[in-house]
Amino acid sequence: MRSATVGWLLLAPTLVILFVFGVLPFVYVMFISFTQWNSFAADPTMRYIGVENFRRLVFDPQFLKSLWVTVQFAVFAVTSQLVLGYLLAQVFMRDFPGKGLFRTIHTLPLVIAPIAVGATWRLMITPGLGPVPYVLRNWFGFDLNIGRYADQAFYATVVMDIWHWTPLVTLTMLAALSSLPKEPFEQAQIDGANRWQIFWHVTLPLLKPAILATLFIRMMDALRTVDEVWMLTGGGPGAATRYVGLYIWRVVFPKTDYGYGAAMSVIVLYLTIVLCWLLYSGLVARRDLRRPD
Amino acid sequence: MWKKRTGLTIGFWIIASLITLFPIYWMFLISAKSRAELFGVPSMWMTSFYSENYVRVLGDPLFRKFMMNSIVIATANSLLVTTLAFLATYALSRYKLVGKENIFFWTITNRMAPPAVFLLPLFLLYTQVFALGEWRMFDTRIGLILLYCVFNLPFAIWTLRSIIDGIPIELDDAAAMDGASTFQILTRVIFPLAKPGLAVTVILTWVFAWNEFLFAATLTSIEARTITTVLSEYVTATGTNWGLMAATSMLTLIPALIVLGVAQRHIVSGLTFGAVKE
Repeated sequence: MRSATVGWLLLAPTLVILFVFGVLPFVYVMFISFTQWNSFAADPTMRYIGVENFRRLVFDPQFLKSLWVTVQFAVFAVTSQLVLGYLLAQVFMRDFPGKGLFRTIHTLPLVIAPIAVGATWRLMITPGLGPVPYVLRNWFGFDLNIGRYADQAFYATVVMDIWHWTPLVTLTMLAALSSLPKEPFEQAQIDGANRWQIFWHVTLPLLKPAILATLFIRMMDALRTVDEVWMLTGGGPGAATRYVGLYIWRVVFPKTDYGYGAAMSVIVLYLTIVLCWLLYSGLVARRDLRRPD
Repeated sequence: MWKKRTGLTIGFWIIASLITLFPIYWMFLISAKSRAELFGVPSMWMTSFYSENYVRVLGDPLFRKFMMNSIVIATANSLLVTTLAFLATYALSRYKLVGKENIFFWTITNRMAPPAVFLLPLFLLYTQVFALGEWRMFDTRIGLILLYCVFNLPFAIWTLRSIIDGIPIELDDAAAMDGASTFQILTRVIFPLAKPGLAVTVILTWVFAWNEFLFAATLTSIEARTITTVLSEYVTATGTNWGLMAATSMLTLIPALIVLGVAQRHIVSGLTFGAVKE
């Protein structure tokens, strides 16, 4: 008979690695978050200061701003990706020659290293070097300079993210659309529903599980974006694109403010878990409860 | 009518593909230009191939070392991850273990956590705690190989779960009746049947490890640096070496292109944790 001991032995290496490199750092960062520890401070040794770091954090305008721009970035990017991805998937639903090639091309951005995506877009929109500022200036008289204008830098990161991840939405929607049953659509047409009604009352409810799962995964990924933005704008100009991951890096490494960085890490992780749980239980899990009807 | 619509679809298809491909094409153009050709009116066409950027990158022994690090780390990590995930998934699939659904769910939270949150504790652990005499885990290949398990293991377990669940348990029982040990069941019965799924897992985890940047940049200094960290270093306060940056980016793309050819159908379902199957 299968003994549980053997099962645990097979599982053990995985659990040990996840514990040492996943849980242990988490416990350690919690511990550090209650201390003052800064290599550059007058007293560079670690010292217990209770919740002082957290008290400072809650009123730190820079931290709050980085949280806010991160959320804005994620909402802008993910919403656009969902809408665009869905529309593209609708267009590509019918069979056409070259569908396989289309799919291959659209999978490409998904496997490129994020840091290389950042490099690519830097080459595209650096004034004087890339074609985008050139075309905008000469054809539309628009001055694109993400090193100077904060809002342009923000939208540039959004556009980059859309380029990078819309294909994922397109391909998931395409897969979901292809697997939909035909009958509800035929029935709706017999009943004389117009296209909008069909979309709203038939397609959307049927697609809901796939849309919500995609939304969940994209949202969690967008909120932790670092590499691409690091490469494209470096968080600037000023703090315009200093998303929370970049901000943590800045506090931890150039400033070596370990205690404060630790407190920030704990808060961000806490917010992530809460959001993950909210999104998951509110969006993804509920579909299982609704399945019977 | 139908024909017109097909034409329209193909039109869309071409535009969407051009938008996807153009930035990469542009990077390729830049990588094949000399410093003098870079600025001025951007040209969409390639007039001559300036190979110096590639020659300089590939001729640099330091760069070759970093590239080797990337290859070693990604290969070792993907093999390790797939082996461990194979054992773990088998255990989760076949054994009655207390709280196994929770364990299964817990693994995915490791993938969802923002990596930036772990930078500080891992940096301190690697430089001060994970040490043996003079040896530190900081700036070692093994340090990154083990660390990348944190995001690759959950992915591998989620990918393999449906594959191993799909292998009938009767096969295990029949083999056990014939006196096969657990190890023999795993290697002779399950492994051959799960091979295609395992191959996909190896390929995709390899790419994820190859693509990783943030930990590689902060947990290494010179010995174990990887190719992605090189990219960020072309941007300096005194200016950016665009040609070299583009050439390096093109080189980091090669594995991605290979994967695209081999495992294209599995990438999307892999990235969505099987929520969407193609």
